[in-house]
Amino acid sequence: MRITPKDEVRPVAGAESQEQPPVWRHRHILDLDDFSAAEIGLVMETSDAMMEILSRPIKKVPTLRGKTIVTLFYEPSTRTRSSFEMAAKNLSADVVNLNAQVSSSVKGECLTDALATLEALGADMVIMRHPMSGAPYVAARRIEASMINAGDGWHAHPTQALLDLYTIRQHKTSLKGLKVVIVGDIKHSRVARSNIWGLTKMGADVTVCCPYTLLPFGLEDTRGIFPEVTVTPDIERALEGADVVMALRLQKERQQSGLLPSIREYARYYQLTEARLAEAKADAIVLHPGPVNEDIEIASGVAHGPQSVINRQVTNGVAVRMALLYLLSGSKRL
Amino acid sequence: MAKIIMSRQDIRRTLARMAHEIVERNRSTESLVLIGMRTRGVPLAKRLAANIASFEKVEVPVGALDFSLYRDDLARLERQPMVKSTDVPVSIDGKTIVLVDDVLYTGRSTRAAMDALIDLGRPESIQLAVLIDRGHRELPIRSDYVGKNIPSSRHEDIRVRLEETDGADEVAIATRPSVEEVKP
Repeated sequence: MRITPKDEVRPVAGAESQEQPPVWRHRHILDLDDFSAAEIGLVMETSDAMMEILSRPIKKVPTLRGKTIVTLFYEPSTRTRSSFEMAAKNLSADVVNLNAQVSSSVKGECLTDALATLEALGADMVIMRHPMSGAPYVAARRIEASMINAGDGWHAHPTQALLDLYTIRQHKTSLKGLKVVIVGDIKHSRVARSNIWGLTKMGADVTVCCPYTLLPFGLEDTRGIFPEVTVTPDIERALEGADVVMALRLQKERQQSGLLPSIREYARYYQLTEARLAEAKADAIVLHPGPVNEDIEIASGVAHGPQSVINRQVTNGVAVRMALLYLLSGSKRL
Repeated sequence: MAKIIMSRQDIRRTLARMAHEIVERNRSTESLVLIGMRTRGVPLAKRLAANIASFEKVEVPVGALDFSLYRDDLARLERQPMVKSTDVPVSIDGKTIVLVDDVLYTGRSTRAAMDALIDLGRPESIQLAVLIDRGHRELPIRSDYVGKNIPSSRHEDIRVRLEETDGADEVAIATRPSVEEVKP
């Protein structure tokens, strides 16, 4: 073939236009602090494709055939665990559920021994919930498999935050500039912490509302790790003009230390009621990570009302977790 | 360096001919559904449908299929392909499906696409239309409608660019630079 000068300067046709998705660098999903906005965007777009699969009569694709996914839960959970299990099964992975609360840990097996056992069993991914903050980080260093944090202590719950972001995006198109109010027990809430990371990265305007005793480290003053987050104990003021309201479960099991005078008093001052919700925008949506303590942190009329998207969150959770399992399965060691 | 093997005009004429072939072979457009394989099969399917509409005065339904989740090489790829939504607006049960793709090469994408399609229903039959058939099949798959046969070497890249996805219409063939370097 004769090469003309014109041919020479020409780049390979189409080479520059080949679609390059944002780089996915995660082998584990531990929290959202190390996610970029582009990576969160990739999770959102992949979740859209997974939602389409969930709408089919046969909700199953062969993508993770032959992969073994273990759920290892040291704390009780129904929705997170079943959501992960459904997600894994929809992608044709084999799922092993280990209820660590009633099995070996009772017999004194420590976390690292349990992980060694999982490796020996041939787990490709481990989904772990643990009461100790940081436990999945220790675990991730010990194993070849990918680790997904399904909630660790008071620290992080990244998959819940991603499904919350997805739910908001579904109703509001874009997260940028939205006023998102998180109300409730922020101190003990891993959901709140991961959400604050995710929401601020996506450009949302986050307000946190709780009694000062339930405010965690890092949010007490403007020099904390989240200087852009607004903090107020005044729920009416917080809700004014909100696009999204996220109510958190009051962790009754964690209220023994006298941070609240009483649950009744908390409900009187901080419950998300119809009257208070009226301060928010008319099209504001209400999220709750579940399980709901009705008429404590949220009035049952709001939880089941027209602005509530709590059930959507559950459906979206399966799609978002499918997306995460798919994206993680591309990491090289798997 | 790349050599242009199909221009904008060539692509336009070829698609017009293929649209006629599809209608001729199926005798009617009644149960026809065109399904484009993402990414570039989708605009091609739309153009075929527009061609059919221009001479048959019938709107043939067009869908988009993402087959990433059905690929057999996911574990070997450097990075995960981005999964887009599959969007097939009609039930495919009992329909004659024409799968549309830009380049037919090993046949593995077609295999994945057929599996993806069959998960959506039970079509009466599946046919395959490709703009370029470059040979080197690794599976027993053939195309029913071919825009252009291009005998190629495995060391060559065939690049299809389309207005909708790449800003211009052309097909080019190029030798991969890495292979070129080792040439004397």
